[in-house]
Formats: sequence, structure tokens, C-alpha cells
Amino acid sequence: MIRPHFPTRFLQWGTPMRERTSGRTVGGFRNLFLQGPAVTLLLLWMLVPLGMTLWFSFQRYNLINPMISGFAGWDNYTYLLTDPALWTAMGNTLLLVGWVLAISVIGGTLLAVLFQQEFFGRGIARLLVIAPFFVMPTVGALVWKNMLMHPVNGVFAWLSNLLGLPVIDWFSSMPLTSIIIIVSWQWMPFALLILLTAIQSLDDDQVEAARMDGAGPLAIFWFITLPHLKRAISVVIMIEMIFLLTIFAEIFVTTSGGPGLASTNLAYFIYIRALLDFDVGGASAGGVIAIILANIVAIFLIRTVAKNLET
Amino acid sequence: MNPTMTKKLLLTLLAWGIALIVFFPIFWMVLTGFKTEGEAVATPPSLFFEPTLAGYNEVMARADYLKFALNSIVISFGSTLLALIVAIPSAYSMAFLPTKRTQGTLLWMLSTKMLPPVGVLMPVYLLFRDMGLLDSQLGLTIVYMLMNLPIVVWMLYTFFKDIPKDILEAGRMDGAGTLQEVLYLLLPLTLPGIASTGLLSVILSWNEAFWSLNLTTSDAAPLTAFIASFSSPEGLFWAKLSAASTLAIAPILIFGWMTQKQMVRGLTFGAVK
Amino acid sequence: MATLQLNNIVKDFGGTQVIKGVDLEVKDREFVVFVGPSGCGKSTLMRMIAGLESTTSGDISIDGQRINDVGPADRGLAMVFQSYALYPHMTVEDNMGFSLRLAKVKKAERREKVLAAARILQLEPLLDRKPRALSGGQRQRVAIGRAIVRNPSIFLFDEPLSNLDAALRVQMRIELARLHEELDATMIYVTHDQIEAMTMADKIVVLQDGLVEQIGSPMELYHHPCNRFVAGFIGSPKMNFLDVEVREASSEGIDVALPGGDCRVPVDGSGISAGDTLTLGIRPEHLKLDDEGPLTGKIVVIERLGGVTSLYLEHGDSEWILVADGDVAHRVHDQVRFSFDPTCGHLFKGDGEALNHLHRHPLVDIDRKQNRVSSASDGQ
Repeated sequence: MIRPHFPTRFLQWGTPMRERTSGRTVGGFRNLFLQGPAVTLLLLWMLVPLGMTLWFSFQRYNLINPMISGFAGWDNYTYLLTDPALWTAMGNTLLLVGWVLAISVIGGTLLAVLFQQEFFGRGIARLLVIAPFFVMPTVGALVWKNMLMHPVNGVFAWLSNLLGLPVIDWFSSMPLTSIIIIVSWQWMPFALLILLTAIQSLDDDQVEAARMDGAGPLAIFWFITLPHLKRAISVVIMIEMIFLLTIFAEIFVTTSGGPGLASTNLAYFIYIRALLDFDVGGASAGGVIAIILANIVAIFLIRTVAKNLET
Repeated sequence: MNPTMTKKLLLTLLAWGIALIVFFPIFWMVLTGFKTEGEAVATPPSLFFEPTLAGYNEVMARADYLKFALNSIVISFGSTLLALIVAIPSAYSMAFLPTKRTQGTLLWMLSTKMLPPVGVLMPVYLLFRDMGLLDSQLGLTIVYMLMNLPIVVWMLYTFFKDIPKDILEAGRMDGAGTLQEVLYLLLPLTLPGIASTGLLSVILSWNEAFWSLNLTTSDAAPLTAFIASFSSPEGLFWAKLSAASTLAIAPILIFGWMTQKQMVRGLTFGAVK
Repeated sequence: MATLQLNNIVKDFGGTQVIKGVDLEVKDREFVVFVGPSGCGKSTLMRMIAGLESTTSGDISIDGQRINDVGPADRGLAMVFQSYALYPHMTVEDNMGFSLRLAKVKKAERREKVLAAARILQLEPLLDRKPRALSGGQRQRVAIGRAIVRNPSIFLFDEPLSNLDAALRVQMRIELARLHEELDATMIYVTHDQIEAMTMADKIVVLQDGLVEQIGSPMELYHHPCNRFVAGFIGSPKMNFLDVEVREASSEGIDVALPGGDCRVPVDGSGISAGDTLTLGIRPEHLKLDDEGPLTGKIVVIERLGGVTSLYLEHGDSEWILVADGDVAHRVHDQVRFSFDPTCGHLFKGDGEALNHLHRHPLVDIDRKQNRVSSASDGQ
């Protein structure tokens, strides 16, 4: 009799809305004209380099030695896959991404709860705490390297001396940890920024209802706040993942991947192959591996985004 | 003192403590920028000193600093402008003339962001070399435009979708054609959203360091590359590095602070308001 | 001068028909209300008239001209949206004058027309404000003003009062009726509220599931609903229904069996035979407490409104609503007897269709306009 599904059709995806308008040119042609430039550009940007990377990865191709050429078959891949350096780099990539995600999401959530409370000068304190996200990665990394973690003149060294602790030479004794600290410093504010905004949309009535039901602050955090933040946290994880998988500048200006391979991630590994060894074929094979890795993440990621869109 | 007041004071102490620790590296950098090179490396670190503009003067005096800064400005604003021009019609059609394919197209656009730059570094490098785009403003502008296009389309789409359909329909009843609809209704209504989308794109381009380090050497190198050049002669020019860094991040920090609210909404595809 | 004809209008949304062939004739200066439950297609129908939705098949004509392919702005219509749809970044004056600005009307002339409309709606002091600085009622008036400025041949209102609180809604209802008189224009009004429909319409179009159930004056719909749906939809509280068995039927009337004795309803009973089951419909206000009455029930809920009291009764499976005098002394759980005047009863066949009354109610052909004419002549 009454069809409750009818009005919501307008809100759903995939509803052909073309019929909606009359007295106007509508439909496929108009959309093609409007979306064409963006779609074409991105298509080119994706397909051309992707195709070339795939092609190169099966070629012998060295920039400084044109004598090396021809079809390589799987040689580049076997060479790469049997190179322990690749696996070190992969391991470092996962460690870096995993740790930074854990630190920034957990820290960001806790800080979001803290900065949601009423206190004096809240507005300014919030601005200060999100600032690192906007700092250029090269700047952030250099400031940490030279002025904070420097074993002689750094603030940390001075603090250690003051407390009578041994001075740590951060970048030679724990290079990956140092980079994780720096990258977390940049990305925790991002998580905080998103989660703080999300927390503000939490319905006060819900919290008050929970309080009436006898929930303490911890129970409220666990049963009300955290579920409310679930969606925002998944978005944070997705976005951070995109950027963290290809961290480059921080390594470039601090450790240059060293000592040895201790702080080389996949991105830096390919960079070494490509622009320092001039091995286009090998670098491309590495690129293909990076793309496969990213796509495994992407499948999970796109799904989550799509789910977020539907609700 | 009543307990709520005590609680508030404790919270203030805790939150400000954390805020200051997180902000400390930036604060220390700004401070170092006003030191002499000698004071900059002094142990113990000097908190009170006679501020000097020597670092800034020296940075500004180096002709190439201005070149780097100009490159950053041209490239980040240029790529943003291009991205907006391409993205606005696309976002408009997706938001107001959606079809079955719209969702797919949007997700596909986002998926191009998943392509790690390292994966396509080689072909892009070689293509640029062959087309003479290596170390050119145009080359980097194009790369940044393409890099940010998906996010720009997404954010604009989110903001456009927020406009009640009724308002545009009222405009059509009042006789507005497409052009007038865009000029008189859509643009004024979404200006804050477009502005923050643009600013985010500027921020991302300004801070980008993978392509700028790999595709430029000197002529078109932006500030990220300039700052990175300080990494080798270790410990020599801390005051100057700090001064240059402060100059490089100050405008972006202010943009970021200004647009944080809108940015969150756009960045999370409207999932977080 | 503006008349509107809909000729077998159909709207198809990707395979689902939401309007399934609607015919309608709107006379000049008529106030026509589309009413129906949500999802019945009334808003879609209005949007098709406005030109915001295309028409899958059928013709829409204004003053005899087919306008299916004319753009919304060129149909000479103005629409007031449910959400008001004011342009948030423009002042009230710019909102009202936007259509003129697009039509390249000179500034002075524009201002004059906006002022004229503002005067009608007492909006003059608000002309420089932005919509967000206005109350709901004021926004509503600006939306109406924006329509007036266009000087349309037909006004379209899409549930314009649904966002207002109850008191304001009554006030705006009166104001709209006054406006109709003052502007002397054709108006089409969509609502799901049958009280709005009854109070404002010259002609009500009851829609359900994309089809017209009945078209008629408010009194006609009230006294002569053509089927059970319309009978239940028009009138508040809702009409009571009871399945009854026919004792005897003829073209002079039908005798039906009630628990406390038979009763003769004066409807045309041709084609009905004794033993058939029909549905008897009686409006709550036509039931009266009567110790000798043929019907009985136990009071479940009492709603005292002051002037009248609604009694909710239960008897076996059947439930009744009875509107009684305000001073009725009964309490919940009391057993009461009640009766009704058989001439106010309605009988419906199994498929919901009503049997024709033998006597037409004297007021059914009166519409609001005639109310007006007679009261004006009374005053002279």
C-alpha cells in the first residue's frame, strides 16, 4: 500500500536521476563532458606509468650502462626476491607502518578524550598539539635529528646528562625507532585532529543516559566513546596507511636508510636501486612489488570507505 | 577549593603539559632561528639569549632561498588551481547528476591514491627526462595536480553534496541556468569548502617531499629540497636551518590552523563532521 | 487566468511506477489540495507540474498549452518548498528579487515589486536580514514572498507548513487562505495533513499509491467518500468500521444486522442481496451515547479535550472511537451503549467501494469561494 522505500531512493547510490530534470540537457553526455577531464587525466596518470613499470620490470635496463638491454624474463624478480635486502626493507616497512599506526591511533584517541574536556586555554592548547601535522616532513625530521636527538648538542643529550643517564646516539644505535618516533610525532596530531572532531559529534544525551544507567568514566569511554569513534578511527587508519607505506623524506634526510639497511623501507630501497644504482629494471620490479603490497591494503581500504559512504 | 575546580586545574596542567611537549620541537626550532650559530649548538641549550635576526638575514640574502620559496609558491598554488579547475565540474556532476557509475568512479579515483609513488618513480622519471620536464616547475606542478586530484574531487563532492537540493531547484524555478546556478548559488554557498579544499591541496603540495626530491635538482627545486640540502653538512648551520624552516612552515601552519574543521570533514569524506 | 489540465500522467522511476495515470482539471483561481499518506506520489505529482521531474507519459497543459517540454522557469509557476529553500547567502530582499535579477529586470523596478510583495506579507522590516536571522514563520513568509514576486499564474506549495509548530501552522493556514483571496490566483497545495486540506481547499485530490482515489470539495469527501480509504483518511478521529451482514437490500436502502437490532442505512442497495457482508462506517462524531442503543462497548481510554471528549471503546474484536459531549461523566472500564443516526452511516463493499447515498448532502457543492461570496453578500 504505502511504499516506504520510495523516498529513500533519492538518497541511494546508483539511482538513475537522469529523469529528474526536464527542460535541460542531461544524462550521459553531460556527465561525460564534466567528468571527462578528471577521469582521463587520472586514467593516464595511473595506466601509463603502471604499464611502463610492468614493462621495465621484465627488461634489462641500466641508465649508465646502455650495453645491458633486452628481455630479462623473471630475472629482475628472482634477483630481487632472493636479495635479503628486499626482505629487510619489507620488514622495516611493516614495522614502521605498524608502530606508527599503533602509537598515533592509541595516543590520538586518548589525547582526543583529554582535549575534549573543559580546561583553561583549551583552544590554544589544541592548536599547539595539532601543529606538527602541518610541518613539512623534511623540516620535522631535520629538527629532530639536529636539535633534539643529536648526541652532542641535542636537547635529549643535555637532558640525559642532567639526569645522569647515558647519552643515546639515536640514529646510530636505534635508527628505525628514531624514525618511528619522528613519524609518530607528525601523525599523532592528525589522528587527534580527526578523532577530536568526531568526539565532538557524540550526543550528550547518550553520555547522560549512560551515566543514569550507572556507567563510570571508564565504562563511558569503553562502551560509548570508543564505538562512536570506530568509523573515524577506521578512516584515520586508512589515510595514514596511504602515506605511511611510502615514507621517504624522513629517512632521506636523517639516516639515508642506514646504518646498513637498518632503516631502509621499501620506498627507500627502490629509490636506491633506481637513482643511485641506475638499475631501472630492478627498481621497476621493486615498484611492482610495492604496488602489489599497496593493493592488498587498498582492497581493505576501499571496502571500508565504501561502507562508510553507504551509512 | 571545590572538587570540580581542582579537576579542571589538574586537567589544565596535564593537557597543557602534553601540548607543550608535542609543540616543543617547533618552538625550539623557532627559537633557534633567532640565535647565533654559536648559541644554537651551545650546551647546555640556552633558553635566554639575545635574539638576533642574523639567521634570517643570511637566509634571505642567499638569492637561491628566494628561488626555492618562489618555486614552492608557484608549484603548490599552480597545481592547486589546476586541480580545482579540473575537479569542480567533475564534483558538480557527481554530486548533482549522479548515475549508477558515480560511486564506482569516485572509489576508483581514490584508488589511484593507493598507487605508491615509488612504484611508478622509474617511468615518471624517464618520461619526464624524455619530455624535458625534469627539474621544471611545470613538471612538478603536473605531478602535484595529479597527486591531489582524487582528494580534491572527493572533498568538493562532499561539500557539494551538503547543499540542499531544494535550494538549487528553487533557483531553477526562479529561472537560473547552469551557469547562473553555479555562479550565483553554488559558488557562494560552497566557497568555504572550496577554499579549504584548495588550502589542503596547497599544504599537501608544499610539504610533499618524494617527487620534489627525485624530480628536481636545482632550477625547480622547492623548499622541501632546500631544507633537505641542510642534512649533509651536519651541525654547521643550525640557526640558519631553523630560520629557513620557520619561514617554510609558518604560512602552512597558519593555513592549517585556519581550515582544520572543514579539512577534517573533507578528508574523511564527510564521515566525520 | 490560469487553468491546469493533467491528462493520464504517468511517472516511472527506473521501472517503478509512482504515478500511475492521473487525470485532473484545475479551474482558474481554484485552491486545489493534493492529500494522501506519505509515499502516495503527491509531491512527485507537484514536482512534475513544476517541471522539476520529467513526465514519463501523458500531457500537462496550462491554459490549454502543452508544457511537458517547457523548462521549470518558463512555465509561469512559482513554488514554495517544504524546507523553504531560501538562498542562505542572500538577504531577504535579494532572495525575493532573485528571479527578477535573473530575468534582467532593472534594479528600481525589482525593488518596487519586492516591496509590494513584502507589504502583503508584512516583511518590510526584515528586508535586509539574512535567512538565518529569521524565525521559522518569517522564513516561510519570505518563501511565499519570493513566489509572489514572480507573479505566477499558478502557485505551488509543497507541504509548506510542516516545519512550523502547531500554533504557527494554524496562523499561517489562515494567512494563506487570506492570501489566496487577495492574490486571486490558482493555487496547488500538497499536504499529508487532512485538516489543512479540509480547511483550505476548494477542491481536494486524495491520492494513494500513485492513483487518484477521489476528487471533490471538502464537504463532498466528508459526506460522500467514494471508498473506504477516503472515508478513513478524511475526518479526525478516524471513521469507525464494522463488518455487518445484510438482512435485506433494495434500491431504497439496506437493512443491516447490528448486535442490538437491525438498522436501515439509506443507500442504493441494487445488486446487494441478503446474507452479503458489508462494512459499515460511522464517524466518531456521529456516534452518540444512548442507553437504548444497538451497540455496546467498554471504555478503554478517555481523552478529555474540554469541549468534547473522545471515548475509545472495545467490544469483542471491534474497537470504536466515539466523540461525546465534553461533560460526559463516564470513567474507564465503564460499559456503555451507543447509537447513531442511520442517515450518517456509510456502507462499503468488500473491495472498499462505497454504496451511493440516496440523498446528497446539501453543502457538498459549496467550495470555499462560495462560502466567501455568500458571506460577503450577507454583510451588505
